[in-house]
Amino acid sequence: MAWFKKERKARISQRTKLEIPKDAWERCESCGHVDIRERFERAFNVCGECGHHRRFSAEEYIELLTDAGTWRELFGNLRSQDPLKFENYADRLALAMKKAGTSDAVYTGFGRLEGLPYHIGVMNFAFMGGSMGSVVGEKIARLARRSVDKRLPLVIVCTSGGARMQEGVLSLMQMAKTSATIGVLKAEAIPFITILTNPTTGGVSASFAMQGDAILAEPGAVIGFAGQRVIKQTIGQDLPEGFQTAEFLVEHGQIDDVVPRGSLRETTARILRHMLGHGAAIPPAAQTLS
Amino acid sequence: MANAYTLDFEKPLLELERQIDELKRVGEERDIDVAEELKALQAKLESLREDLYRNLTPMQRVSVARHPKRPYTLDYLGSIFTDFVELHGDRLYRDDLAIVGGWARLGGTSVMVIGHQKGRDTRENIKRNFGMPHPEGYRKALRLMKLAARFQAPVVTLIDTPGAYPGLGAEERGQSEALATNILEMAMLPTPIITVVIGEGGSGGALALGVADRVLMFENSVYSVISPEGCAAILWKDASQRERAAFALKLTGADLQSFKVIDEIVPEPVGGAHQDPDAAGEALREALIRHVAELKKVRPEKLVRRRGEKYAGMGVYSEA
Repeated sequence: MAWFKKERKARISQRTKLEIPKDAWERCESCGHVDIRERFERAFNVCGECGHHRRFSAEEYIELLTDAGTWRELFGNLRSQDPLKFENYADRLALAMKKAGTSDAVYTGFGRLEGLPYHIGVMNFAFMGGSMGSVVGEKIARLARRSVDKRLPLVIVCTSGGARMQEGVLSLMQMAKTSATIGVLKAEAIPFITILTNPTTGGVSASFAMQGDAILAEPGAVIGFAGQRVIKQTIGQDLPEGFQTAEFLVEHGQIDDVVPRGSLRETTARILRHMLGHGAAIPPAAQTLS
Repeated sequence: MANAYTLDFEKPLLELERQIDELKRVGEERDIDVAEELKALQAKLESLREDLYRNLTPMQRVSVARHPKRPYTLDYLGSIFTDFVELHGDRLYRDDLAIVGGWARLGGTSVMVIGHQKGRDTRENIKRNFGMPHPEGYRKALRLMKLAARFQAPVVTLIDTPGAYPGLGAEERGQSEALATNILEMAMLPTPIITVVIGEGGSGGALALGVADRVLMFENSVYSVISPEGCAAILWKDASQRERAAFALKLTGADLQSFKVIDEIVPEPVGGAHQDPDAAGEALREALIRHVAELKKVRPEKLVRRRGEKYAGMGVYSEA
């Protein structure tokens, strides 16, 4: 019965081969649902069970919101300085650049969305919590000015813990700098859409994030000016469930709509087309002309 | 004249003040001439005060900026402006008493004055919410600014707030939107805007009244993206490290002038504006009249363009 033994051996080795690597599985932080990573990825990292919108990287948003091969980064050469000589800031910047693999907390560039040429800024939470310092403010302002010059619509995907403390009052002034250029954008009737993702708070929510002609937000995203810990301390009581979520904001009339990640692309394009005065999608033939 | 609100670093002054009072009492009781000794002690007191105030640490300056006797917006409205008519409410929800505003006359010019308002005591502070506005306060301010612009009147804003109020109602009614809208609209407002930080310039809640053609700071006022306590709590999980945070944040007038964020520092009497409110008011009046006169000569479109250019230039970065 030698062949029996042989077969058994083979079966064991086959099993080890089939074993799925540990990191192929992911668990939804919200409902605990476990699925293979690929399936999460195919759904834009939205949980198929509970709809929880998990972390989506800045690079993934760019991919989601631009037609393949159309993204071109602009102003990527701007680098933060340490004007206050704030303790540890230089080290933290260096570490953030290494960890996030990017130069600062926002990508700015050109792309096409369903054929429409436009400017897009995507904030990067992986870089110091998406905090806004001089570089973030400058890149947003330049992109807005370029939108006016080229008469191209502007979309900004926001996520931020707020102003970058380590740049002191200079980071506060980025709120004024970005707002002033968005003001010009509005005066020139250039369409401007903001997409608020989890979390969008502090100095970013109190400037360009809340200045969109349309303000969209992802389900469950926390959006607000003050942090929840600070509010809790101030009022000395627990916060109501769902406080400061996208759903809470739409209910209180603060944003235009809650849009699931899977529909962001289509909804954004549709709103842009309305504001640009052509209700229908650009036919593929015309795309090369514009 | 020992007062009830002596700051920690002013304790040495308190001792001298006590000695002066004692000397006066003894002189009166025993009917002896103490004028000479009194003069010497008073001179010593003044020079000690000058020394202390010349070398204020950033956190000490924060405590002067927050001094409960410091002149507030309504004090200046009563002292250096005339014909003040207060205008209430945002026309949408309610009147937020943490911000006051209305028409007033400065020299010969009608201006719109808008400022944060703190309270002097607990009762008043509850009414004024410690100078921390809700969205409706900012919306009232914006309503008054647009009103001023329509009549080509300059806007004067006085900043003195720990920050926009972090509370449930404030978030429900759109604190972010209120701040964001004010900041944008102030950048585009076709009339001169002059901002003066008279006490505490607390973050976005300050900036929402502070986008202006000229930004001034009183010598002992501070202006920062976050309070020293808040910064210390976030960075070092310890609010008591506020001295360290106040130093790191570079929040004094001299710091902000070096970053080109403000245009001018308004001098205060030795010992802070509260030691001599009239002198502080006079310095403020002089500066405001000068800036209003300069800005009134500029056409509104040019004013707005220059304002935009000024803010476009703010920030420090490099290009690799």
